[in-house]
Amino acid sequence: MLWSLFINCFKVGAFTIGGGYAMLPVMKDVFVNQKNWVSEEEFVDMVSVIQTVPGAIAVNSSIYLGRKVAGIPGAIAATLGSVLPSFLIILLIATTLTSWYQNPHVANFFAGVRPAVVGLILVSGIKLGKDILSSKLNILLTLIFAFLALVLKIHPVLLLAFGALSGMFLYQRSEE
Amino acid sequence: MLLKLFLSFLKIGAFTFGGGYAMLPLIQRDIIEINHWLTESEFLDIIATAEMTPGPIAINSATFVGYKLSGFWGSVVATLAIVLPSFVAITLLTVILNKLKDNKNAQNSIRGMRPAVTAMIITAALSLAPQSIVRPVDFILFAGACILSWKNWLNPIYILLASGVVGLLFGFI
Repeated sequence: MLWSLFINCFKVGAFTIGGGYAMLPVMKDVFVNQKNWVSEEEFVDMVSVIQTVPGAIAVNSSIYLGRKVAGIPGAIAATLGSVLPSFLIILLIATTLTSWYQNPHVANFFAGVRPAVVGLILVSGIKLGKDILSSKLNILLTLIFAFLALVLKIHPVLLLAFGALSGMFLYQRSEE
Repeated sequence: MLLKLFLSFLKIGAFTFGGGYAMLPLIQRDIIEINHWLTESEFLDIIATAEMTPGPIAINSATFVGYKLSGFWGSVVATLAIVLPSFVAITLLTVILNKLKDNKNAQNSIRGMRPAVTAMIITAALSLAPQSIVRPVDFILFAGACILSWKNWLNPIYILLASGVVGLLFGFI
């Protein structure tokens, strides 16, 4: 189990180009679809709660999910797996002092990967939203949050705090 | 030196909410302006490298700065230091969440965060789009990735690989 966590997170880490959100679709595919380690709902909640504490999204997700699957040893295995690819790549760049990443072929490869990353993030956002956007209240909330994030550039932690507060008051009322 | 490096990155790891990009201003202040461990242009190089290569930008920066200052062990120490606060924080968070499992207010709060996260993921994609989708071929790759992943026809890693290969071949034309 620990080995499987390590190797799967290593794969996820090796393909995370463009920040933490780029990792979510790949990680969801492994943890939810392929391995059934967590449910779709748990995954969405994970994405929310891990952003309320400090740290990189990719690292926090690995710790959280690893712990959920196999306790503290699981958290260590998952984190090692997702951190090791970037550690090795940067070490290679730093030790050889070559800028092979500026090599035109490598640059072309990554230029091709990027549009796909955008597509994957977008689709994973919409898919995660599919269940959430079933009520009018949630559609309204999502639109408001999207506006706050995109136009007013509200900090993610504040956005989550607004979400938490609105959930606490609005959902309670709608249940009564 | 290793201890100083450890403490600096521990601090950076402990005080950045909201992902790796939020760490950059802190790294800039601590590593460049206060300690002079890196020059401004080296820092820009790291950001460029981090954007080109896989991995969280926080890890990439820590590994690079650590190596530059104290070699291999420096990179190990800096990388560990930046991950450690997350480890402690997530562990505490899990314990607290378990205690709040039956608390209605807490559960409603977590449910309330779902629309916020959906909005954040979609806006993350939209904000990456202008610099990632430039050429017509990029648009085709973007649309292809959307369809393949929407229909679950291909696993995301293969979509990324295939897209990279197309980008590589397109370079020869």
